[in-house]
Amino acid sequence: MTVAGARDAVATAYRSEARRVLATLIRLLGGFDEAEEGLHDAFTAAAESWPRDGVPANPYAWLVSAGRFKTIDRWRSRARLAGALPELAARASAAEQPALEQLPDDELRLIFTCCHPALAPDARVALTLREVGGLTTEEIARAYLVPAPTIGQRIVRAKAKIRDEAIPYEVPERSELSPRLDSVLQVVYLIFNEGYTATDGPSLVREELCVAALRLGRLVVELLAEPETLGLLALMLLHDARRTTRIDAAGDLIRLEDQDRSRWDRAGIAEAQALIERALIARRIGPYLLQAAIAALHTEATSFAATDWVQIVALYDVLVRVEPSPVVALNRAAAVGMRDGPAAGLAALEAVMTGGGLDAYHLAHAARADVLRRLGRLEAAHISYARALELARLPAERRFLQRRLEQLAAERTVVNDDAGASGRR
Amino acid sequence: MRYACLIYFDPRNVFDQSPQAEAALREVGPFNAELTASGHLVSAHALQLPQTAMTVQVRDGKVSATDGPFMETKEMLGGIMLIEARDLNDAARIAAGIPLARLGTIEVRPLVDYSEPRPRL
Repeated sequence: MTVAGARDAVATAYRSEARRVLATLIRLLGGFDEAEEGLHDAFTAAAESWPRDGVPANPYAWLVSAGRFKTIDRWRSRARLAGALPELAARASAAEQPALEQLPDDELRLIFTCCHPALAPDARVALTLREVGGLTTEEIARAYLVPAPTIGQRIVRAKAKIRDEAIPYEVPERSELSPRLDSVLQVVYLIFNEGYTATDGPSLVREELCVAALRLGRLVVELLAEPETLGLLALMLLHDARRTTRIDAAGDLIRLEDQDRSRWDRAGIAEAQALIERALIARRIGPYLLQAAIAALHTEATSFAATDWVQIVALYDVLVRVEPSPVVALNRAAAVGMRDGPAAGLAALEAVMTGGGLDAYHLAHAARADVLRRLGRLEAAHISYARALELARLPAERRFLQRRLEQLAAERTVVNDDAGASGRR
Repeated sequence: MRYACLIYFDPRNVFDQSPQAEAALREVGPFNAELTASGHLVSAHALQLPQTAMTVQVRDGKVSATDGPFMETKEMLGGIMLIEARDLNDAARIAAGIPLARLGTIEVRPLVDYSEPRPRL
């Protein structure tokens, strides 16, 4: 293998193996911080040795071994230098004891530890996103619209709590698995959304995060095929099936109604449909399964006009009851506008927006602008699009709203000309 | 990403010849060597005491210079390290290993990324 090839292999291994290697090193070295340094060492060693000796057959096993023994070496030399650090020497010896370097469940151990109920909910999310999802502190901070040091402290405190309270690094017993799963699912979906509508970087979509979330979703399904785990995986697959048609070559957003449906990933959609059918057998319907069912109706429609809005509104009615949130209510109102026409849609949207919680949400103003435009109330539509643009942060979304405003301005000119013409008549 | 670790301490806690202070100062060299070996360390500098410093400013085109920074706290900036880390938490983890963290405090500050817009205050 060429040196450049080996370098690529290290980069590829980082993307595909780093989180798994970390998960295993936490078990072998007994702590997050230790494992993080070990992970860094492992990849430093790989960058040095792979171009010289070739890429190992099993990069994951190689990296785990390298990380483990480099850490042990460092502990020993630190203990030697400091003269008297018996505790560190003891830890090195303990870590050197024969241990199974590969256990299939390490990543799940990590997920359940990061989502442990002893941790505050926002700490679980931050920790899982960073340790399992591989996001940086700064990326998580952007996803949550909070300063990076806030997330940083959450992570430091969560790790301290895991250490101080000796939270076991294990997959919970079956009897306690289900309650522990809820926050796991929430976190997985958040990772997916971060990938689907990335807050960072030049492109709107970060494929690797979608892939990671799907991989985690599959892992969780393997462990516990509950309706909601199946529903979440189906939901992510359905979004993912449309991923490449959501954005054009220039990186601009394409609305659902304008997407090229022939390019949707049929295999992903079929897999999702099978998961939904499997989940529906259990007759326990939760928010993820409902959202997946709604997304499935969209992908089944041969065109936007042919979408089954009656069923979609009916599913939203259930979803609003199961998971009452302003955003769900907003989506329901938009669907009502498609089922019953823009006037009904506007009434529904305004009822939702008066309910509060959406003032700073750009998509609420954009949705309102859309129905206003359909109603021919172009002046009011302009105000709502402008408000949405003020609030939108992502460049692609801003460009999209900018274009809508320009189109609207063109329509208004036409209308004004017409009015002028009729006035002269 | 690169981060600056600004090391603040009260010199009377560091240069009092106490066993803790001596032990921490002894560890600085090996710690920096370890960080260099692992690729985390970009540069590390210790600063002389503030009484060796001059403070310069220009107002209305006129230069004025005074001796030393006059700080209200007893803590002073005693050292600067530049490190390479994956993210803020990785940087904080590395900073927590700095021996002087046991005697003073370390401020971990991300360096400016010039591709990002300047802050507007």
